[in-house]
Amino acid sequence: MKYEEIVHRCFRCGYCKFTSDYSDFNCPSYRKFFFESYSPGGRMWLIRAWLNGEIENSEHFQEILFSCATCANCVEHCVFTFSDDLVNIFIAAREKMVNTGIIPPPVRDYLKNISISGNPYKEPSEERAKWAKGTPVEIYDGHDYLFYVGCVGSYDERARKIAKAVGSLLGKAGVSLGILGDRETCDGNEVRSLGELGLFQFLAQQNIDLFKEMGISKVITLDPHSFNAFKNDYPALGGDFEVYHYTQILAPLMQSNKLPLRDYEVRITFHDPCYLGRHNGEYDAPRKILESIPKVALIEMDRSKENAFCCGGGGGNFFTDILGGGEDSPNRIRVREALDTGAQIMAVACPQCAKMLEDAIKAEEAEEKIEVLDVAEIVTRALA
Amino acid sequence: MSDIALQLAQIVGERFISKNPEEIFFYSRDPGLMPPHKPHYVVIPHTAEEIQQIVMVAQEAGIPIVPMGAGMSLTGLVIPLKGGIVIDMKRMNRILEVNERARYVIVEGGTSQGKLKAYLENHYPRLRHSLPDAPATATIAANTMIHGQGRLSQQYGFNSDMVTGLEVVLASGEICKIGSCGLSPYWFSKGAPLPDLSGLFLGWFGATGIITKIGLKLYPRKRMRDVEIFVTDLEDLVPDMVYELTHTEFVEDINVFAQPLPMIFKDNHHITLFITGDTDEELEFKRKMVWGCLGQFIKSKDGGFMSIPPVMKPTLLDMPQRSVSRFADVKKGGGFEYSGPIIAVERYPECSRKVMELASEYDLSYSAMARIIGRSHCMMFGFAFTFNRADPDMMERTRKALEEVSEFAIELGGVFWKPTVNEQRLAIDKMNAGAKNLMKMIKENLDPQGIMNPGNWEVH
Repeated sequence: MKYEEIVHRCFRCGYCKFTSDYSDFNCPSYRKFFFESYSPGGRMWLIRAWLNGEIENSEHFQEILFSCATCANCVEHCVFTFSDDLVNIFIAAREKMVNTGIIPPPVRDYLKNISISGNPYKEPSEERAKWAKGTPVEIYDGHDYLFYVGCVGSYDERARKIAKAVGSLLGKAGVSLGILGDRETCDGNEVRSLGELGLFQFLAQQNIDLFKEMGISKVITLDPHSFNAFKNDYPALGGDFEVYHYTQILAPLMQSNKLPLRDYEVRITFHDPCYLGRHNGEYDAPRKILESIPKVALIEMDRSKENAFCCGGGGGNFFTDILGGGEDSPNRIRVREALDTGAQIMAVACPQCAKMLEDAIKAEEAEEKIEVLDVAEIVTRALA
Repeated sequence: MSDIALQLAQIVGERFISKNPEEIFFYSRDPGLMPPHKPHYVVIPHTAEEIQQIVMVAQEAGIPIVPMGAGMSLTGLVIPLKGGIVIDMKRMNRILEVNERARYVIVEGGTSQGKLKAYLENHYPRLRHSLPDAPATATIAANTMIHGQGRLSQQYGFNSDMVTGLEVVLASGEICKIGSCGLSPYWFSKGAPLPDLSGLFLGWFGATGIITKIGLKLYPRKRMRDVEIFVTDLEDLVPDMVYELTHTEFVEDINVFAQPLPMIFKDNHHITLFITGDTDEELEFKRKMVWGCLGQFIKSKDGGFMSIPPVMKPTLLDMPQRSVSRFADVKKGGGFEYSGPIIAVERYPECSRKVMELASEYDLSYSAMARIIGRSHCMMFGFAFTFNRADPDMMERTRKALEEVSEFAIELGGVFWKPTVNEQRLAIDKMNAGAKNLMKMIKENLDPQGIMNPGNWEVH
């Protein structure tokens, strides 16, 4: 297994489980299950035990490995020099498990669907651009930017609305962008995080070749997960593109008043998506956008930025739901934290977070108190 | 599921009991060098009432129960030596009350040091507790149970001296409130003016009862905190220097460290002293007093204050000091263990020579750290060795070195802190007969079936 030479170096001191001020446990799977085995240190010790033949690949061990949301809280807070590799180690263990073929059924089904259909929803690629109907967004044809929407934004009903909001806003602000339409395929971020490295490389190569063939050099993504794959994993495979999350493009446009806005008096709290925040260090762009709207009151949750609590959808859990369910599921905990701020809107900048948190609001029966909106949807509401 | 598993599931809920090989593997060991022993079940209760019921199940079945905080003692105190049920306390982590004026807090038995620190900083910025340098996940109850020390131990003694009350589940399943809280709504005293029953539990590692709530003294938190390091290469003078420093009564915490790396530290003893103040004037006055009290050693050229590089200061002022955990990776191996006898400060020279001698004999990397407890009343001297978990030979050499420390410490008049089972036996052997019999009587009366963390503090 890759990183095998590191796994014995965990002291299981537990700093990885916390926020930086130690006010709360911040590892979503540990917070849900509460057994040490579900903490980053627990995983390290169990992976080593598995490699040494002291435990076997059981359904329970699969749950322990695949419930990791790859949120990188452990990377942020582990005190050791190998901290940067923690999530990579968990992915490497998943890869080893995937290679044996004995994996949780939802993981198997997800990978199978991507492999066959190019998306996890088993939908035809012709459906990908359905969201763009009625917007000025065109098929890419030498535009300045490719707008890469991703599987969730293309197929999920809720996420399509976010894609529409982003596409419309950027168009309105005069950004020259186009989409791939039915030529778009999965970016592979979740495929990689679930440990199917071969399939990931295949998808990445396919995308890189297509982008190059179409002369694309700059990419705007809807989804921080795609952003992460393009920015951090594609370069090693020859995919050197200029990559932006849409908030990074929208923020300067807002600050230079490219979009005329009216007063919008509302209390908003922003939930940092892990793949925009901790994985890529972008905490400011979405906040700058929200702060540009007149009369918006931005209230931080107790855990924000580097210490944000994950919605529980990362690492493939959005699709496999291994981490979800029950009042201790991370998305419900996060919604309760947002409610504590008194905010009327829980802002997100990720279609996966949007869906996770919206489901949690229903489960918490808090629809009357708070709503989940993407940053782009909030700006759309505030347009003059 | 077995009968016992079913009963436990009914108490804590199915989600919070496991007998899966993965949890059995993890909870059978701690990060130290003690051999593993498998529990039969691991449970994570949420209330004292659930713990009562778990104890009743264990009692009826005649199987052991072992309460566990973060399991950071490194000396195997939460390893279930005779199997049974490990009770992971960390779901019971609520902060129940802060009495600001009486300066105490009441927390549940699984509350972490880190959580209390953050809570006080956020809600009571003028209050603090004696934070140990164990990782932030270490629990308050477990730390007092092992008579831990912390940042305020030089001023106020062992962290267990700061306990103001206990709620304990006995082996009978009965809940006992110890101290003023037993008859008053206030948790201001664990004993006085009543008979102090807390000694029936503190230091017993769960062998007489399980702490489900604990009251703890809080102390004034000053706005500013700074650190100075006085360096000497003469270990024989360290006790005198500490004596002078403690005489000032102006120092928050005194630690002495000696380590071979980096090179500037080699062969020196670093008396690290922390001072606090609400104003620049207060801080400066204390600094002046501290510098003044060591003047004679500066004059005789036996020591001096080192200028602390700016990059080093945050590490020293960090609470808890995360750099302590980093020692585990010096050999890129994820392990360290230390023997930390409580011993007279005048024994510092012998202890510091011994740790270097052992490191050389067993070819190990060492760190020596002494924390002064009380006004030089005693110290915890940590003989710490780092090891590579993937190198069985190095682990064995570390074990042997620590065994030698045990013999050495007891010969020098030291008393083991958080002793391993072997050290507990050594201590019991050396203990006077009256005290030994008293311990036996206490254990037999409080735990007649021998189900409470068996293997620990057993007097035969």
